[in-house]
Amino acid sequence: MDKPEDLLLDIQHLHTAFRVGDDFYDAVDDVSLTLKRDEILAIVGESGSGKSTLATSIIGLHNPMNTKVTGDILYSDLNLVGLNEPIYNRLRGNDIGMIFQDPLAALNPLMRIGDQIAETLLYHTKMTKEERDKRVLELLGQVGIPNPERTFRQYPHELSGGMRQRVVIAIAIACKPPIIIADEPTTALDVTIQAQILDLLRQIQSETHSGIILITHDLGVVAETADRVAVMYAGQIVEKGSVKDVFEHPTHPYTRSLLRSMPQADSDDDELHVIQGVVPSLKNMQIEGCRFAERIPWIPDSAHEAKPTMHEVGPDHFVQCTCYKSFHFEDEPAPTAEQIAAAPDKPAVETAVGGAGVTDDSED
Amino acid sequence: MWKTILRRVLIMIPQLILLSILVFILAKMMPGDPFTGLITPQTDPAQIAHLKAAAGLNDPWWTQYFHWVVNMFHGDLGQSYTYKRAVTGLIGERAVNTFWLALLTVVISYGIAIPFGVIAGRYEDTLRDKSIQLYTFVLLAMPSFVFYLFGLVVFGYVLQWFPTSGYVSLNADPGTIGYWGSRLYHMILPALVGGLVSTSGTIQYLRAGVIDNTNEDFVRTARSKGVPERVVFNRHILRNSLLPIAAFLGNSITGLLGGSIYVETIFSYQGMGQLFVSSITANDYSVITALTLLFGFLTLLGNLLSDIIMSIVDPRVRVE
Repeated sequence: MDKPEDLLLDIQHLHTAFRVGDDFYDAVDDVSLTLKRDEILAIVGESGSGKSTLATSIIGLHNPMNTKVTGDILYSDLNLVGLNEPIYNRLRGNDIGMIFQDPLAALNPLMRIGDQIAETLLYHTKMTKEERDKRVLELLGQVGIPNPERTFRQYPHELSGGMRQRVVIAIAIACKPPIIIADEPTTALDVTIQAQILDLLRQIQSETHSGIILITHDLGVVAETADRVAVMYAGQIVEKGSVKDVFEHPTHPYTRSLLRSMPQADSDDDELHVIQGVVPSLKNMQIEGCRFAERIPWIPDSAHEAKPTMHEVGPDHFVQCTCYKSFHFEDEPAPTAEQIAAAPDKPAVETAVGGAGVTDDSED
Repeated sequence: MWKTILRRVLIMIPQLILLSILVFILAKMMPGDPFTGLITPQTDPAQIAHLKAAAGLNDPWWTQYFHWVVNMFHGDLGQSYTYKRAVTGLIGERAVNTFWLALLTVVISYGIAIPFGVIAGRYEDTLRDKSIQLYTFVLLAMPSFVFYLFGLVVFGYVLQWFPTSGYVSLNADPGTIGYWGSRLYHMILPALVGGLVSTSGTIQYLRAGVIDNTNEDFVRTARSKGVPERVVFNRHILRNSLLPIAAFLGNSITGLLGGSIYVETIFSYQGMGQLFVSSITANDYSVITALTLLFGFLTLLGNLLSDIIMSIVDPRVRVE
């Protein structure tokens, strides 16, 4: 079903390191991911898990003075890592559109809305002023602004949060980029507006057939919106697969803990599940071994791999480290040796176009 | 836009009335009266009392205030006893001198401060930034009159590049090109040192603004659109960084119109600041009152100017 030409982005062994004092620390550590046309890929994780850093690395907006990006980000026949600035600038806005978290801060307070959207068109198209203005009005209508002519002349402070986020989306899609990165696009909005914005993203995705990378910490958003999901913890991807697989068969202890921490409307439990500890800071990140181990201390050390690798536990469903086999919550009985041995596991053969040679023996 | 300005001007009317009452009461509380300077040991006390009564000084204060205001509207602010002439004419002449000096000072000050602030902010922590920072700290740490004296001694007396006092050569014919050249020549040194001293605040504000705005989300948005770095800086970072400077512009212009007491005294430049100091030392009652009122008015005008400038450059402060 996947054709190679559907592949938009192929990220291989990406490292993004920040300078702290004199040393560099990996905020994104050996991440491999693909983005296909016509899909919404969610990247989910706690604050500090490196998901926004990953997004910023794709669009190349890290300050080169204190950031080192290594690995490959392949887009058509270009490697975005180390790409020279003038070429990168031609891609930004035109091939990769970015939607930011806080829609008020993301807009220049001194510029009219129309001019801010037209700015993208100015540097990527040969349109005349009239053509640009016409296209901006079209875009404002497309993102659901009720009175495009009026909003065109307004300033950001005159709009509500939801309207501003629509404007930010209009900026990102102005040149119909094949890749759209949405970095927590709904975090700053209230719940009803969140749903509208997510609907809008899905609608844009189906109209433009673009690939969207949706960064969020909200598993509810993932379940509702995304096709595939990658769960990030401490700079690494610990589980990835289709939303259906990951939500129905969450496998990595971190994913399972996250899902268990979600408040359930129909649950009688008063107490919310809490994952012990915190995401380690950049400087205190352990380099070797399973990074989640310290937050599940009741699981014996022998359950973890010394050098965690990816394991294929289902078709196109990958999990890092072997600890998922012996994992149980503290209030549950530990799995027996037979159960551990029977856990699905195939050494991952990751290809650019998803899992090749997958058999169906992984379920149950 | 015009409505906002009109409303802002209307608000100034009660402020001005309050200001004039305050200045009048302060003047009444001062020891002495407009005739104090005229009294000599030979003066007959009965004659003074007669003069006071004729001038209405025995009337209730509100009647006196009313007369004062009516006279003011007729351009009569009383007589200066030290200069033996009408206060209006005296201040008018000094105001022209101060106006030209202020204009040159503002041009020099912003002409230096804006490029310095931009360079310091844009190239944060480089040698260029550190040199500019050192310059502003030296200026901030030194009392301004020390700097003025230093300028006067070095460029006036030692190098003798510029005249050390006055606002024009005594032998220049008013109206000729030589006369204006001489005025400019007299202004350069005071404007230069005055302008340099007032750069430090502007540089610091602009530097901080550029550094802060560089990390703003909207700058990241601009970069994510593929806007060239030069345009990102000019259109997105610089314009937003100039806002605090614009907010002070009105006040700094009218502030300078009040005349710099230090600059004008040290360079013996016949402007408003020098007049104010000499009128206080001589207890020249009418001049002090008129100048105090004028300085208060300039402050209000400065606020008005700043508000108007802000409403032009920042859409967020525009009131519909």
